[in-house]
Amino acid sequence: MNSAQIEIQLIASLVAIACAIPGTFLVLRKMAMISDAISHAILPGLVVGFFITQDLNSPLLILLAAVTGLITVVMVEQIQKTGLVKEDTAIGLVFPALFSIGVILIAKNANDVHLDVDAVLLGELAFAPFDRLIISGTDVGPKSLWVIGTILTITVGLLIAFFKELKVSTFDAGLSASLGFSPVIIHYGLMSVASVTTVGAFDAVGAILVVALMIAPAATAYLLTTNLMKMLLLSILFGVFSAIAGYWMAHALDASIAGSITTMLGLLFLMVYLFAPSKGVIAVLYKEKQQRIEVSLITFLLHLKNHSEKRERHVNHLREHINWQKVRAKTVLELALKNNMIVIDKNIVSLTEKGDEFTSQAIDYIITNEDAQIEDMKDDFFLFRG
Amino acid sequence: MNLNEYFSLVFSDYTLRTITLGTAILGAVCGMLGSFAVLRKQSLLGDAISHAALPGIAIAFLITGAKDTNTLLLGALVSGLIGTFWIKGITSKTHLKSDTALGLILSLFFGFGMLLLTFIQKQPNANQAGLDKYLFGQAATLVESDVWLMASVTGLCLFVILLFWKEFKMLLFDPDYTKTLGFNTRIIDILITSFIVLAIVLGLQTVGVVLMSAMLLAPAAAARQWTNSLSTMVILASIIGALSGVFGTAISASQNNLSTGPVIVLVASVFVLFSFIFSPSRGLLFRQWRFIKNRRDLEQHKTLAFMYHIAKTHDNISHPHTIKILNNFQGFTRGTLQKLVKKNYVELEGNMWSLTDEGFKTASNLYNQQSNE
Amino acid sequence: MAQNIAVKVDDLTVAYNYKPVLWDIDLEIPEGVLMAIVGPNGAGKSTLIKAILGILPPIAGSVTIYGKPYKKQRSLVAYVPQKGSVDWDFPTTALDVVMMGTYGSLGWIKRPRQKEKKAALEALEKVGMLAFKSRQISQLSGGQQQRIFLARALVQNASIYFMDEPFQGVDATTEIAIINILKELRKAGKTVIVVHHDLQTVPEYFDWVTFLNVKKIATGPVKDIFNDDNLTKTYGINYKVSIQE
Repeated sequence: MNSAQIEIQLIASLVAIACAIPGTFLVLRKMAMISDAISHAILPGLVVGFFITQDLNSPLLILLAAVTGLITVVMVEQIQKTGLVKEDTAIGLVFPALFSIGVILIAKNANDVHLDVDAVLLGELAFAPFDRLIISGTDVGPKSLWVIGTILTITVGLLIAFFKELKVSTFDAGLSASLGFSPVIIHYGLMSVASVTTVGAFDAVGAILVVALMIAPAATAYLLTTNLMKMLLLSILFGVFSAIAGYWMAHALDASIAGSITTMLGLLFLMVYLFAPSKGVIAVLYKEKQQRIEVSLITFLLHLKNHSEKRERHVNHLREHINWQKVRAKTVLELALKNNMIVIDKNIVSLTEKGDEFTSQAIDYIITNEDAQIEDMKDDFFLFRG
Repeated sequence: MNLNEYFSLVFSDYTLRTITLGTAILGAVCGMLGSFAVLRKQSLLGDAISHAALPGIAIAFLITGAKDTNTLLLGALVSGLIGTFWIKGITSKTHLKSDTALGLILSLFFGFGMLLLTFIQKQPNANQAGLDKYLFGQAATLVESDVWLMASVTGLCLFVILLFWKEFKMLLFDPDYTKTLGFNTRIIDILITSFIVLAIVLGLQTVGVVLMSAMLLAPAAAARQWTNSLSTMVILASIIGALSGVFGTAISASQNNLSTGPVIVLVASVFVLFSFIFSPSRGLLFRQWRFIKNRRDLEQHKTLAFMYHIAKTHDNISHPHTIKILNNFQGFTRGTLQKLVKKNYVELEGNMWSLTDEGFKTASNLYNQQSNE
Repeated sequence: MAQNIAVKVDDLTVAYNYKPVLWDIDLEIPEGVLMAIVGPNGAGKSTLIKAILGILPPIAGSVTIYGKPYKKQRSLVAYVPQKGSVDWDFPTTALDVVMMGTYGSLGWIKRPRQKEKKAALEALEKVGMLAFKSRQISQLSGGQQQRIFLARALVQNASIYFMDEPFQGVDATTEIAIINILKELRKAGKTVIVVHHDLQTVPEYFDWVTFLNVKKIATGPVKDIFNDDNLTKTYGINYKVSIQE
């Protein structure tokens, strides 16, 4: 590994961390598509900034582009406020328009602007090590490393300082307002951080990858934990892992680094989406099957409790009257027997004492809306699960 | 070539005619289906689908090695549909919200597509030159067979919409109710979604992956402002879409170095902006104007009511009073007084005003109405 | 009672994400009653209607309308959804919405013609909304929107009407107009089932009532079963309504 390779991986990792932090909150606040809008809409700001500064890493350019990002957010909100179109349409109208302006500005000034559209979409991570920051004659490293490092430091500082406020306002805006944290300030604070991060990362990884780096690690982490702190750490971990693994994949295939990192993020998400212990698709499907049988069982027990007449409690009634198609009545009957909930006497089913107690408790919990308790109860009563 | 030349050549020049016809048809079909997408609150689904189509194009190229548009679009269609179903899978099987699912599929598929594209570009045998036109669209690459394809899909789409108009409309407005009437809502739903995906794929060559969603949304959003009828909205959206396509192509063809996609999107955005501001019933300008007018009416009413209270205390309602006593009342201005005079509610004589019979009647009605509410 | 049974629900169980929300409901609704379904929030009142109408799939149980499965008797049933369930900014007019009531009998593809339009206009007149027929639906007040929904169900010319909170967010005039129409329907021998929130008005408006809280608590004539005992069972400890007044 030569020093350029190390520097590229370092930049990619820092970008991943800087994106994962605001990304986690965007995903939790159901604002993921706003990051897509910002990443596209900052383009005109970037181009105009470049006309003025002639330097993609100039702080002024970053500020200018970030302001465009904020303007986008405000524009979307203003259009929503008019009620002329629905919320998602407002997003869908604003960012393509701004992005188009950016693309046209680049095309019209192609000779003066050292920017091309491919770079806009994909960034030029491979070239990042060649643009060095020289302070009084000493080479202190690639410029983009300093840019993203500064942004990351600020983001982490803000995160530590306002963690409590962010947490409360993300999960309960009403409570946060009553505690005196203005949800508006936190909202625009988060939007500013997202904009600045997007601009800082844009140069290195391009418009679309910024979105992927913000949303994908957070969404992947979301499927693994419900704890905010853990979700943040996992997002950072996934981001950094994909950045480094993606770099080597690009190296092997001789293809775009940004595209490879995104592909790694995608593979990671796919794995977690399928195999996550409790929220993954396979676990969910298994749980659904189990729940289906268990709900049917509870339904069945309740039916027995409600009806004393023999006709209603005959084994065949299960098939004829209750009209079950989705779950075979036999499975349910067997499960109930295995758990000692019922006894069958001459094809007439009756609740045992245990079954009776279980059913009464289940009804109580459901009527008082404490359904979560039923799961605990199942653990207490069931010898075998569905 | 400048704009004038373009329009003078458009009917005689074969290439120009093909391109213009293509973008017009594309705009029309997008406007038509976009109306449904907007009303279903699926505006951003189009964005995700179009980005998700990119890896399909690349894979179709890798497999067949051909640049044949239809093959590539078939790949785009398949991967667009996979993306759509995965979005549905994510939102139904996990607790991730729909916006996260959209953003995920959009960025991940696109990133993967870009990986493949850059990989293809590095291949020695790559006659890849055509593939990156799918990013921002290049209307100039449209040939007659492409236009035929667009026209036949549009025709099919129009036929289906006309056939199932009643069902589409009802599903868009009230899906639950539609179910109770015995219609299979899933079939209608699949029909609409497939046509939206088809329209997006059709537009990739002209407008490109990145901006295709705007082509779907903008004409519909603009059309919605001018009408309160679904059929008019669909027709208007088609017209606006077609115009955006034609003007966008004209502008981009008359300049060097301009992809069609961004220009068409900008033209469509101008239509939206114009509609937002100048639409007579919903537009912001008229809304503001009505707001000011209402406020003026209110001030006038307040003045009249105030006069009424004074006049009520006298036997003769037309007993004159000095204008000065009106100054105690805040809503009063010279202007409102003049307006009341013009309406014959009030008579002025020097510094004195008096209520007319008509004015008295109007004021008392005003008062009754308010106390009734 | 020697009345026909209009709706019969057997052992109906419904679950959202495998969390049961309605459990083992047995219900017989006689023909010609005006019935309220009451119960606390989250008791499954709307769910019951939606499950009967096949909008939500039940886990177990069956529904019969006049002795035959619901699917075969769809044309006998009309539905008034909650007002908040649709987007009122949708580009369509009051008459258009009411016309949708005729789509069920038309079936796939066939277009509504003069006959359907006439029926829709009559229904609009019945709810006192004829003057608003060309209005865009967002320009109607909450009460007027509710009346449009009612008119749409009237056009279906059904025998049984299911209504989900038709009195929610409407003005007093509309409330009276609606209840008068419902009473007229009953007089014509129709069966009307209403999810209802306001316990105070139950004895005045309805003659039949079902108490629901995940399970069915009680069902029967208002004069027999609308009492503190059942209210307490449905709403929790010591729930009392001053129905004596």
